[in-house]
Amino acid sequence: MDVKDNQQQAFPGDVHPTASGGILVSKLDDVINWARSNSLWPLVFGTSCCAIEMMSTASAKYDWSRFGFEVARATPRQADVIIIAGTIVNKMAPVLKRLYDQMADPKYVIAMGACATSGGPFFYNTYSVVKGADHVIPVDVYVAGCPPRPEALLHALITLQAKIKAGDKREKIVIEKFVDSN
Amino acid sequence: MNREELQSAITALNADITFEEGGEYLTANIPADACRDIMQALHNLPAFEMDYMFCLTCVDWKTHLTMVYHLESRKHAHAVVIKSKLDRENPEIETLSDIWRTAEFLEREVYDLFGVRFIHHSDLRRLLLTDDWEGYPLRKDYEDPINMIKL
Repeated sequence: MDVKDNQQQAFPGDVHPTASGGILVSKLDDVINWARSNSLWPLVFGTSCCAIEMMSTASAKYDWSRFGFEVARATPRQADVIIIAGTIVNKMAPVLKRLYDQMADPKYVIAMGACATSGGPFFYNTYSVVKGADHVIPVDVYVAGCPPRPEALLHALITLQAKIKAGDKREKIVIEKFVDSN
Repeated sequence: MNREELQSAITALNADITFEEGGEYLTANIPADACRDIMQALHNLPAFEMDYMFCLTCVDWKTHLTMVYHLESRKHAHAVVIKSKLDRENPEIETLSDIWRTAEFLEREVYDLFGVRFIHHSDLRRLLLTDDWEGYPLRKDYEDPINMIKL
């Protein structure tokens, strides 16, 4: 199931028509995944300039609440997804790990921007920066950019939704869309 | 005061002051042992009234360290950069934290990352690094084989 199919699919399952209106036949796993993917509460977490773009994505012009991300939580215990928006330094790494550990399952991670994916501009000649947040916690979706535009973050969030709906494991999150179109 | 007036007024404070050409601000090089007296004068004398320190940092030139202070007067709207050369092996200079409170944290940062000791600083502790840190990361010869990937 590719990304496009997922977005168009309103509700998982098939309607079997009957005389009195129809019966929906579906799998419980699919319904749960559908529900989870459309109500992802992000954690309020930002360590540098990517956080500004993230706030922009949350506010009126880009408005990620259109896709079910509206309630940013200030506590990890109520959050579903952590968007690593910014540089992770060695002193911040244990804090990030603890926040991730405190989140309730199922939990998802988006590495936003060059710093969170690889260390970015701080890859060489620095003593303090973690070279990619995936050294600390597992990452579901990586976003390129320095910082990424709000559209790129929205695309990442929608990609995460597609992944959840498909019920994929973390390893299967390769963008199949590009493979299919070629 | 404009740039020329400021330059001649600062020259009158101490004969050893030299000035750098170019740059956005008037830049004065002062001897480290006279630093505190000159800074006190820049802060206190009504003609200067530099009541705002908007930057305090250090530069490693490999042969020596240079303290760099950016000062501004809110009343007269003039600004000046003061530089002071330090010995790289034994860098120390009088604190300015009692003249400008903002220098308290900025000097702690320079102490932490460059290893400059500020004499008579009231609370010279590490600001950013962990307590057991060895070396001064912002010096040019700093090596960290575990965390640093050299280009």
